[in-house]
Amino acid sequence: MLGALTLLLVCQALGEAVVRLAGLPVPGPVMGMVLLFGWLAWKGEVPEPLARTAGGLLEHLSLLFVPAGVGVVLYLDLVAAEWQAIAASLVVSTLATILVTAFVMRKLVGPADKP
Amino acid sequence: MKDELFQLWVYLSTTPLAGLTVTLVAYQIGAAVYRRSGANPVANPVLVAVVLLVALLWATGTPYRTYFEGAQFVHFLLGPATVALAIPLYRHFATIRRSALAIAVSIVAGSVTAIVTAVGTAWLMGASSRTLLSLAPKSVTTPVAMGISEQIGGLPSLTAVLVILTGILGAVFATWTLNAAGIRDWRARGLSVGVGAHGIGTARAFQVNELAGAFASLAMGLNALATALLVPLLTRLPW
Repeated sequence: MLGALTLLLVCQALGEAVVRLAGLPVPGPVMGMVLLFGWLAWKGEVPEPLARTAGGLLEHLSLLFVPAGVGVVLYLDLVAAEWQAIAASLVVSTLATILVTAFVMRKLVGPADKP
Repeated sequence: MKDELFQLWVYLSTTPLAGLTVTLVAYQIGAAVYRRSGANPVANPVLVAVVLLVALLWATGTPYRTYFEGAQFVHFLLGPATVALAIPLYRHFATIRRSALAIAVSIVAGSVTAIVTAVGTAWLMGASSRTLLSLAPKSVTTPVAMGISEQIGGLPSLTAVLVILTGILGAVFATWTLNAAGIRDWRARGLSVGVGAHGIGTARAFQVNELAGAFASLAMGLNALATALLVPLLTRLPW
């Protein structure tokens, strides 16, 4: 568990370093994900402790968004003043994005694997 | 006695322990509500927890900064959790590689749709320009969205809130929307939720189906890249 957590943090730190040194427009953790993926591909398997630790983190992924979400208290005035525009924008755009992506994907993708 | 309780409250509310504990308790309540509802997307645990915590901060007059001193420990784990998404991605890599072109085209289409419809709708409704700029990157994961927002002159922390609201909306409505549209393929469902509702949608996708979750995490990562390149480009056009 400790080794797995260390590996995740090392990948994240290396990701931050690569992004900053190369001036890439992606966030460090996303680059860290790419690096960990490369490491797994090289190793050819997911070590059991890493699978368990990562599973634990991902199982509660939505918890991790709560602190940023509570930040809405800082903008209650702005949101109150423009709430119709913001609400309409979020609803229209979220639904349109999901539908467009899903339709394009369904159109282009081949048949699913047999289970 | 009342005085001592007040003293205790004053002490506790200034340590990180309080912010951390209430975050976990609020999320547990949200998760319990979600389970009781039979995994109904409207009872989204993030939504329930955020509403409870906003009410708590408002009722006790606690500033967000004080709350965040404790909550930052949870917030910090977003980084390692994003890295950990490599694992489901690796497990489903064979499936993903077979549809690489379809995935790339779908994600670019989704990214452009997200930016144009978000800014376009708010502009039609008369939103201020700082709101428009803060909205442009709202369908990508929080840290990227904040970076883009800052780059184009939006308000990064407002963007963070819009990102979370987008994720909650996507997680709440994706199942109905995709069912109504007759999309049953788990790859298309996962991908669309990852593009439209980033990590919160991905979390929901994992709760529903593991393959959908893997496609959602891939989509979230690639959409961050696509949007980071497209938003600065689109805002520079002479509208």
